[in-house]
Amino acid sequence: MKGYTWRISLILIFIIASCVYLTPTLVDTLPTWWSGLLPKDKIHLGLDLQGGTHLVMEVETQKAVEGSLELIATDLEDSLNSQNLRFKRVARLGGDKVQLTLYDRGSADKVQAMVKKKYPDLEALPVFDEGGFVNMQLRINEKEAQVRKDRAVAQALETIRNRIDQFGVSEPVIQREGLNHIVVQLPGIKDPKRAIELIGKTARLEFKLVDESVNAATATASSVPEDDELLYEKRTDPATGAVSETPLVVKKKAMITGELLTDAQIRIDSQYNQPYVAIEFNSTGARLFDQVTAANVGKRFAIVLDSNIYSAPVIRERISGGSAQISGSFTEKDAADLAIVLRAGSLPAPVKILQNITVGPSLGRDSIHKGLMAGLIGVLLVVSFMAMYYKISGMVANFGMVLNILFLMGALSALGATLTLPGIAAIVLLVGMSVDSNVLIFERIREELRLGKTPHAALDAGYDKAFLTIMDSHVTALITAAVLFQFGTGPVKGFAVSLSLGIIINLFTSLVSTKVIFDAFLERVHVKRLSI
Amino acid sequence: MELIKKTNIDFIGMRKFSFLASGIMAIIGILGIIAIARGTANMGIDFSGGTSMQIKFAQPANSQAVRDALGKAGIKEVELQEVTGGNQILIKMHKSTGKSADAVSDALKAGIPGNSFTVESSTEIGPSIGEKLKQDTLVAVALSMLGIIIYIAWRFDFKFGVGAVVATMHDVLAMIAVFYVLHREVNILFITAVLTIAGYSLTDTVVVFDRIRENMHKSLKDPMLIIFNRSINETLSRTIITSVTTFLAAVSLFLFGGEVIHDFAFALVVGVVVATYSSIFVASPIVAVWEKKAVEVEAA
Repeated sequence: MKGYTWRISLILIFIIASCVYLTPTLVDTLPTWWSGLLPKDKIHLGLDLQGGTHLVMEVETQKAVEGSLELIATDLEDSLNSQNLRFKRVARLGGDKVQLTLYDRGSADKVQAMVKKKYPDLEALPVFDEGGFVNMQLRINEKEAQVRKDRAVAQALETIRNRIDQFGVSEPVIQREGLNHIVVQLPGIKDPKRAIELIGKTARLEFKLVDESVNAATATASSVPEDDELLYEKRTDPATGAVSETPLVVKKKAMITGELLTDAQIRIDSQYNQPYVAIEFNSTGARLFDQVTAANVGKRFAIVLDSNIYSAPVIRERISGGSAQISGSFTEKDAADLAIVLRAGSLPAPVKILQNITVGPSLGRDSIHKGLMAGLIGVLLVVSFMAMYYKISGMVANFGMVLNILFLMGALSALGATLTLPGIAAIVLLVGMSVDSNVLIFERIREELRLGKTPHAALDAGYDKAFLTIMDSHVTALITAAVLFQFGTGPVKGFAVSLSLGIIINLFTSLVSTKVIFDAFLERVHVKRLSI
Repeated sequence: MELIKKTNIDFIGMRKFSFLASGIMAIIGILGIIAIARGTANMGIDFSGGTSMQIKFAQPANSQAVRDALGKAGIKEVELQEVTGGNQILIKMHKSTGKSADAVSDALKAGIPGNSFTVESSTEIGPSIGEKLKQDTLVAVALSMLGIIIYIAWRFDFKFGVGAVVATMHDVLAMIAVFYVLHREVNILFITAVLTIAGYSLTDTVVVFDRIRENMHKSLKDPMLIIFNRSINETLSRTIITSVTTFLAAVSLFLFGGEVIHDFAFALVVGVVVATYSSIFVASPIVAVWEKKAVEVEAA
């Protein structure tokens, strides 16, 4: 019976630690002396309890690979032109190839040498003749494609994080899941629709020349020349809300892209009181813009975002200095969001929303309230049952249960785990199960007492005999909890965290905490009969 | 206080009835699993993909009005469920409907103009996620069962491991059977409840097994069936009491936990009852019959 001081100290330390970790959650404003070392984080509430939006997005990584092949094709075209090598066409072929069509073998050899130097990562397929032309194919191999896909997801993650930061959501969760999924959690958000639009916009900004030689009104996607494309300019009438679409034929090749931007800000046009987005180019962009505008005065320049034309103003004069503006029929919100996505950069590939769960704040409050209520009633029922059935020993078991809940909440808070509604349910269920170990012990003690042992001996034998059973039952329960944790997502994970922590803590309280009370009591007081 | 005095009930002797009852339960459960696999069960949208919304109206709104408003906007094949109290309606659409939560909001705004509403929650899930979830769930169930067999086979012996897993599978099947027959929704929370009960059921079973092992060491001469019966009887009061406390906790979740976890709590309540039954009437009798056969073969 000696050596219970360390056990009592351990329990006291756990109690104090739990209280310290729970203080930020329970106290609204922390006192000034609460120094930097003490924990300040409240228990994180899951979105189901505080309201908010949970998104799972898939980055369409194949599109990123295709996009980079397009870039390579354009770049090759430029290099061939600048070196005066004659070619028929350079184009992306399928999802993983670029094809160069040349007129003769001689230039093919030169091109091959150049390509090898410029794109060592690409695999050059054997040259073949077809219809009087010489075809060269460059293939991006599986490994290289995977690297690019991977980079696309990492970049998308970064861009989305930037956008959300600028949008202003406190404590967002933005993380990668698996190969190409991104999980975004926005707690307590008021306008989820706007946020989702902002996050999901690819935001590829391009400046393209309008091809006035084609009649846009009668053009169809198939009738426009090969290096042109048909796009639409959408305008919303601010008074009626009606949307009008104006077709425009533009050059496929972008003169300038959004990568060359350094800044984008929302401004208000003082004359018409209309919001617009002012953009600033970096030095390369400024030089390009200067050149392009100088060479195309009098022509129309389309500002294209994700294949939609925002506006297509006529270039009146050469624009130098590196700043321009995008106007359109914006509301102030639209313009602000556009500025954010332009500042944060474009997504390397489009994203698709696979899962969108939004919980309103009132439902969350309601859930917490009901969950706690159910928990309280459950605790009261179990406490009174145990007190009735096992009398004073039952109260010791109840004390153990209360310690369980306290330790569990403390641990959740210390680990920064997230409390979800199923998590609360797990805790309530644990209330029922946590007395189990004590029931096992008490039933053993009763058996021993029936055999005529003294309270002391019966107590020790009860704990001894129940020990292995308790271990076995806890380990098996822990196996399922661990599997739930490994494979669960969202609320299930929250449930598994509460459950597995609860099981481990329960092992401690039932074998150490309640035992020490009996030990301490029996040593001081000479009892003739156990109240059990 | 003592609910159960020393008992001497022949549980193993009742195995004919209990195996029959459990067999029927298990068959319904398997039918339920087939229905789940074929997608004909009442699948939650987290598995099937689709959209669900919980909408709270300012004034009472009946589901027919909502159905009409949605129908006008071309949103058909919706399941509506009125939530008692608070003018709330649950709207569920499977992926084939292909309509987003925004479309539903717009349709309701246009179709029921006089009654303003707030969207309490909305869930949109793409079908690919559902498939992944289904697979992960299957892997999770299989892995936990395997882990348990290995652990119990190591702590006891292989027969006990199998007995524990059969009893656990029985509980899983029984819970599925109840949900299938009552046409309740099978969603991720239900699966969570099932796995939780699997853990709980094992705890229950292991306690009885521990006692059997202890008694087997104590009296080597007694016939198997008697040792098994004695062990179940000796642990009976513990089994009942733990079930009562867990049941009380689960029932309070069921009654007071709110709409969101209503089905989840219901699954827990059913599970606690089934798990208690199986640890007495399924797990041990199986091992007992098996052990008895083994002993007879040895004797012959």
